[in-house]
Amino acid sequence: MIEPFETRPHDVLVLGAGGAGLRAAIAAKDAGADVGLVCKSLLGKAHTVMAEGGIASSLANVDPQDGWQVHFADTMRGGKNLNNWHMVELFAKEAPERVYELEYWGAVFDRTPEGKIMQRAFGGHTYRRLCHVGDRTGLELIRTLQERVVALGIPVYMEVTATTLFTDGDRVAGAFGYFRKDGRFVLFPAKAIVLATGGWGKLYKYTSMSWESTGDGAALAYRAGALLQDMEMVQFHPTGMLWPPGVRGLLVTEGVRGEGGILKNSKGERFMERIDPVRKDLATRDVVARAIATEVAEGRGSPHGGVFLDISHRGADFIKRKLPNMYDQFESLANVDITKEPMEVYPTNHYTMGGVRVDAETGSSTLDGLFAAGEVACGLHGANRLGGNSLSDLLVFGKRAGDAAASFAKQRAAATVPEAAVADEQRRVCEPFSREDGENPFTLHRELQETMQQNVGIFRVESELRTALNDILTLQRRAKNVRASGSQIYNPGWHACFDVQNMLTLAEAIVRSAIERKESRGGHWRTDYPKPDPEYGGKNLVATRKDGAMRISTLPIPRMPTELAALVVEKT
Amino acid sequence: MNESGQGSATLRVFRGDATGGEGREYRVETLPGMVVLDALHQIQAEQDQTLAVRWNCKAARCGSCSAEVNGRPRLLCKARLDEFVGTIDVQPMKTFPLIKDLVTDVSFNYEVNKRIQPFTPREPGPFRIMQEDVDRVQEFRKCIECFLCQDVCHVLREHGQYSAYFGPRYMVRMAALEMHPLDMADRREQLHGDAGVQYCNITKCCEELCPEHIHITDNAIIPLKERVADVRWDPLRWAIQRVTGKS
Repeated sequence: MIEPFETRPHDVLVLGAGGAGLRAAIAAKDAGADVGLVCKSLLGKAHTVMAEGGIASSLANVDPQDGWQVHFADTMRGGKNLNNWHMVELFAKEAPERVYELEYWGAVFDRTPEGKIMQRAFGGHTYRRLCHVGDRTGLELIRTLQERVVALGIPVYMEVTATTLFTDGDRVAGAFGYFRKDGRFVLFPAKAIVLATGGWGKLYKYTSMSWESTGDGAALAYRAGALLQDMEMVQFHPTGMLWPPGVRGLLVTEGVRGEGGILKNSKGERFMERIDPVRKDLATRDVVARAIATEVAEGRGSPHGGVFLDISHRGADFIKRKLPNMYDQFESLANVDITKEPMEVYPTNHYTMGGVRVDAETGSSTLDGLFAAGEVACGLHGANRLGGNSLSDLLVFGKRAGDAAASFAKQRAAATVPEAAVADEQRRVCEPFSREDGENPFTLHRELQETMQQNVGIFRVESELRTALNDILTLQRRAKNVRASGSQIYNPGWHACFDVQNMLTLAEAIVRSAIERKESRGGHWRTDYPKPDPEYGGKNLVATRKDGAMRISTLPIPRMPTELAALVVEKT
Repeated sequence: MNESGQGSATLRVFRGDATGGEGREYRVETLPGMVVLDALHQIQAEQDQTLAVRWNCKAARCGSCSAEVNGRPRLLCKARLDEFVGTIDVQPMKTFPLIKDLVTDVSFNYEVNKRIQPFTPREPGPFRIMQEDVDRVQEFRKCIECFLCQDVCHVLREHGQYSAYFGPRYMVRMAALEMHPLDMADRREQLHGDAGVQYCNITKCCEELCPEHIHITDNAIIPLKERVADVRWDPLRWAIQRVTGKS
């Protein structure tokens, strides 16, 4: 029997209302499409609000030598050339326009003495490039786009869990889910869908990411037939909070180092001078994270097993003005006054470079009508993302995906969602309530986090990756028998059933890809293969679904045109 | 709980929905630095999966986990367990209709927001704006929309004037727009119309508990009241009264 459900058809359906989703919805609306925007939380709460440091964009307001070519080269070098170079090219060229557009819509950036948008230094960026608002840039971005979406009258479906994507032949046909508030089911038939569902940091025990980051979109896309790429590339941000345990993993913005903060070990040594004499504390994130983990492993760690990050020499006034959230966060949660004493930090899971394989210009996935932008998509960041590139990613490729989805929808007739498929999905989604005895989804999630943290961290080795894979496959079997109690009304236990299934799918892709990439590159460091291997450097790993099982294969990276290649001369 | 934070704590959490409910007691194991939201997650994972609480970032950035702890509206992710002695009482925000347990229906805020005229720039970008001209606007734009100010506002909470007053959050938004150096819209008619700035009687309760320390009353609402007074006040009539001595 089919329970009643709402039907909300749109030309373009955008899943996710962080920066990429909001920007995509605005673009599709501007292009004349009928757009619906779905978010898992309330509007304006998505993980984008947590971005602190800034938006990387070569405005050249502070360093006039900057330009798209340098931004391009920095991003390629930071990503160890695993990036989709065409994406990087479009990104570096279009980021300035996207930032100015944001200002025109009401964003209020910090200013230079001449009244232009202020830019700060960040890891891996040759010039001061990050447009910012103190240490709350993500909030400014999301609020500005949110206000724009409201002004355009785009319908927003808040607190909706999407459980599946429907296909019609070889194209996407719609999405299904329920309103968390009351458990009402809802079908969104759509000609085109833009995935903007963010990353999956909640796979790890210590993460800077918010509740929503369970990778629903990537898992749904994979199940619907799209390819996942570079899944082994996981970013650990060098500086997460470490103490007290209740706050472990919370982000300490790279802006602290951008504004002059210095890393020291227990001997008072500025160890980054030894590791990267040129960039020092502002080396790329993969390098700094490994250096911190090494200091601790070799016995030069702080009392709680991290290193010290000190900005107190910049003075209280400066710190409170440029890093107000950091000041407040440490004062209220850790009883540390960062204007007087150093912070204790340790790397924390922060970003997933991998995701849905997309076309550079349109954000189109390998499934017809399905587009992806932002963290859920893959290609821009290669093996390691530079700080600040994520926010400009959201804007540049959110717009591109929204434009392309609108034009796709204009050219196509509506797809059909078979009634039987809806009935099957409803049954599947309700199953956890019908089990008398079953697994607790929160327990499965905790066990997944333990094995990922333990075995798939900054340093990896085949034997540990195999252990993780076994654990994940066992958890996947147990997750088939996951149980919920109570009613469908705002029931976190029920929601967690689908979150954990999605996370287990992505965990398998990460580990299988990590086993397959027998080299060290960017965010993927193998102690059993500690060097980069040029052969692996020439290809992306992709995960596909074949007869219900996951397969990892390789796709060659196309050769970079000579004029772009000339920009990327490796610095020594 | 001992001084190191290790031990246990007891919470009395409201459980129920629009039809009614009651506080239920839970005992949790504590770690140093734990906040009320962590305790609620522990209850969900180990004691009752159905306990409803809205949250996102657990870092005081998103403003999702607003509730009332021992009677005071605050963010659950910033309420440290070691601040409290005895049983910790956790209730949903009172000003908004209850959905379930600690989750309320805050759609009033989103509806009000739609009625505000958005940023209306007077010139094409890129803008030249000096820092000192946007310091105040940036203060207002720190707002994380936790709606705690709406929750504590007497006009909404005690008097239920939902159709007369937009509430402090939206006074702050309107102030940010009105004080933007390049905005050319005039929201003063709306301010003393359906936005109802005159309803605020400046008790400053909202300002006191704003987690972003925005001076809601002093920097946003009072200046807005003054702007409205300027437009409401008719200088010609005032001059005639002065000359003729008639009122």
